[in-house]
Amino acid sequence: MTALVERVRKLSRPARLTIIVSVAVLMMTIAEIVTGTTTLTSRSTASAALRLSIPILLAGLGGLYSERSGVVNIGLEGMMIAGTWFAAWGAWSFGPWEGVIFGLAGGALFGLLHALATVTFNVDHIVSGVAINILGLGAMRFLSSIVYTPETGGSVIQSPPVTGVSTLNFPFLSGGNLFGWHTPDFFGWLELQNIFLLSDFAGIFRGFTGGVSWLTLIGLALVPLSAWLLWRTAWGLRLRSCGEDPWAAESLGVPVLRMKYYAVVISGMLAGLAGGFLVLVQAGIYREGMTGGRGFIGLGAMIFGNWLPSGVLGGSLVFGFGDSLSFRGPAVVRSLILAVAIGLFAAAVYAVTRTRVRTAVIQALVAIGFLAFFLTVQVVPNQLLSATPYLITLLVLAAASQRLRMPAADGARYAKGEAR
Amino acid sequence: MRGGRFLTAVVAPAVALVIAFGLAALALLLVDINPIDAYREMISFGTTTASLIITVNNAVPLFISALAVGIGFKMGLFNIGVEGTYLIAALFAAYVGALFSITTVLHVLSIMLVAVLVGALWAWIPAMLKVKRGVHEVISTIMLNFIAFALSAYLFLNVFRAETAGLTLATDLIPESGRMPSLNPLLGWFGIEPRAGANLHGFLLVAILLGIFYHYLVTKSRFGYDLRAAGINPSAAHASGVSPNRMIIWTMMISGGLAGLVGLSQLLGFFNQYPQDFPRNYGFNGIAVALLGRNHPVGMAFGALLFGFMQRSALILDLRNVPKEIVTIIQGIVVLAVVIVYEVISRYVQRRTVAAAARATASEPETVEAA
Repeated sequence: MTALVERVRKLSRPARLTIIVSVAVLMMTIAEIVTGTTTLTSRSTASAALRLSIPILLAGLGGLYSERSGVVNIGLEGMMIAGTWFAAWGAWSFGPWEGVIFGLAGGALFGLLHALATVTFNVDHIVSGVAINILGLGAMRFLSSIVYTPETGGSVIQSPPVTGVSTLNFPFLSGGNLFGWHTPDFFGWLELQNIFLLSDFAGIFRGFTGGVSWLTLIGLALVPLSAWLLWRTAWGLRLRSCGEDPWAAESLGVPVLRMKYYAVVISGMLAGLAGGFLVLVQAGIYREGMTGGRGFIGLGAMIFGNWLPSGVLGGSLVFGFGDSLSFRGPAVVRSLILAVAIGLFAAAVYAVTRTRVRTAVIQALVAIGFLAFFLTVQVVPNQLLSATPYLITLLVLAAASQRLRMPAADGARYAKGEAR
Repeated sequence: MRGGRFLTAVVAPAVALVIAFGLAALALLLVDINPIDAYREMISFGTTTASLIITVNNAVPLFISALAVGIGFKMGLFNIGVEGTYLIAALFAAYVGALFSITTVLHVLSIMLVAVLVGALWAWIPAMLKVKRGVHEVISTIMLNFIAFALSAYLFLNVFRAETAGLTLATDLIPESGRMPSLNPLLGWFGIEPRAGANLHGFLLVAILLGIFYHYLVTKSRFGYDLRAAGINPSAAHASGVSPNRMIIWTMMISGGLAGLVGLSQLLGFFNQYPQDFPRNYGFNGIAVALLGRNHPVGMAFGALLFGFMQRSALILDLRNVPKEIVTIIQGIVVLAVVIVYEVISRYVQRRTVAAAARATASEPETVEAA
C-alpha cells in the first residue's frame, strides 16, 4: 500500500489528476450501487454539470485576469448581469452570435467603468465593485423597462425569448454527423452496457461530448488560451508583474496603468460572456436575477483554484456539478453524500499510511458525520444545497489559506510615479 | 487644515450628488423623458406629509446598516456581510419574539437582544476566520451572505414558519406587547395629523440612540481611540499595546450586532412577523450610505434620509411612465462618484498643503540654517 502511494506521488500532475478523478468516479459508482440510483454518473448529470460550470468558469477567468493585474473585482456579478441583458438584446435584434458579441461588449463597458474608478481614480477596489453591482442591476432593469416592456413576451423583468447558440455532437464519440454521415454513438452505446465503472465513465464522457454548445467549447478553450497568454507571453508576464509588484514593474518600463486597463476590460468581457452563456445556452431568455450570484461563485472558483486557469476550471467543475445536483432530486444528493463519506474514509486510510494520525482521525470523524447524515436524512433541502459552493469556498479558504497564494499586490492602491 | 476638512465633508458628497443626478438626467433624456419634470414630480410627491413619514421610516434601517458598515470602516474592515446578517437576525428575532408575551418594554428589549446576539455571532465567523486563518473579511462575508440567504430560507420554510398561516407564508405574529408603538401621537403634539396608514415607526428613537452610541464609542471611548489608531496605523497601534486580533473580533461583533438590528424597525413597526419576502438590500445600500456620510453619524443620517426619500419618491415615477429604476442608477452612481470626488479633492488638498509647506520653508532659509 505504502509503496503504491509512493509511486502515485511521483507521477506527473495530469496523471495524478486522472487517478484522483477515477477514484472519485469509483466512489460515486459504489455509492450508486448502495443507494440504487444511476443519476450520479449519468449523461444528463454530466452534461448539466458541464453546462452549469461554464458561466462559473468564465466569471472565474474574468476574475483571474483582473486580479492577476492587481485589481480586485467583486463587480463580476454586475458585469455578468450586463452581459445577460446585452446578449439577449443582441440575440433578439440580430442573431445568436451577435448576442455573444453584445454580451462581451456589455460586460466590457462595466469593466471599463471599474478600471476608470480603480486604476485612474484610485478608488478602493471593493467600493467600486459594490457600486458596479448596484449599478448593473439598476441600469439593466431601467433598460428592460424601456426596451422589453412594450414587446410581446417582454416585461420589466424579462426579454422576449431569443434563439440560442447551436450545439453539436462529437462524431464517433457521441454520434455526431460528419459530412452528412451519421457516425456511431460510441459512449452512448457503452453507457447502456451496464459494465461496472466503465459504463459510468462512458456516461460522463457521453454527457461531455454530446449536445455540447459551441459556446461551451469556446469557454473550455479559453482555459489553455489564458494559461498560455498569461504565463507564456511577454504581455502576460507584464500583466502579472503589475499584480505582484507594480512599482518594480513601473521601474522596468511596464505601462502599469495600461496593463491594468487591459486586464480589467478583459475581465468585464469574460464576465459578460458568462452572462451571455446563461441567456444563449441555458435559458434562451433574459430574466432578471438569472445570474443568481454566479459572479460571486466565479470569484470563489478563482480562489479555490489558487488564481490559476487550471484551478479555476477545477473549481468551476466542482461547483457546476454541485449546481446540477439541485435539479436532479434529493436521491442523487444522498448518494453524493455517501460518496463523499467513502472518499473521506479512503483519505483517512491514506493519511494513516503517511503516518499523519491527527489528519486521519479528523477525516475519519468527518466521514462518520457524513455517513450519519446519509443514514438519518432522507431529503436534503434544495435551499441548503444552493449554499454549498459558498460553503466550500469558505472551507477551502479556512483550511488551505496558507497554501493559497494570491498576487502579492492584489487590491493595492497604485498611482503612477508614487513610492509604495 | 480647516478648508480641507470642509471640502471633503460637504463638497464631496454634494458634487457626487450633482454628478449622479446629472448623469441620470442624461439617461432620461436619451429615452425621451424630461428629467426636470421627473425630478419635480419626485419632489412634489416626496414632500407630502405621508411621504416624509415613510422617508424617515425608510431611512431608519439604512442608517443602522450604515452604522454597522461605518464602524468596520473606522478600522479598515469592510463588512459586506450586513445583508445576510440582518436577514438571519430578523428571522430569529421574529421567531423568539412570537414565543412569549411580557410587558412591552421588556418584550421589545428581549427581541432586540436576540437580534443583536444573533448578528454578533454571525459576524464572529468572519472575524475568527480572519484572525485565526488569515481569510480576508470581504471574501468571507460575501460567501457568508449567500450562506445566510440559503440558511434563512431553509429555516424559514422548515422550522420557523407558522403552522396556521393562510395564504401568506410568514412566522407567527409577535404579540402586541412585542411591537414597537408608532410615534404618530408625538407628531400630533406638533399639530401634524398624518392620514391613516402612515405610521412613524417607533424604532426611529432606537436609531437615534444608536447614532449617539456610535458617536460616543468611536470618538469618546478608549475602545474608539484604539479602533481609529488600529485603522490608521495598525503597526503603531500594535506597538502601543493594542491587540489587532482583539480589535478585529470586537469590531466585527459590534458591527454584526448593529447589523442585527437593521431589520427590526420593519419587523416591529410594520410586519409584526417575518414574511417570506422580507425586505432586502438594506445591507448593500447601507454601504452606499456609509460612504456618502463618510462614516460620520450626522453625515450618514443625511445619506440615509436622502436614500429613503429617493426610495419613496420613486413610487410616483411609475405612474408617470418613468422607469423608477432610475433611482437605483442614481444610487449606484452616487457610491462611485462620492469616492472618486473624495479622492480627487484629497489629492488637491494634499498638493495644496505640500505647496504651502514648501513656500513656508523657502521664505525662511536662515532659520533653517540656524537650527
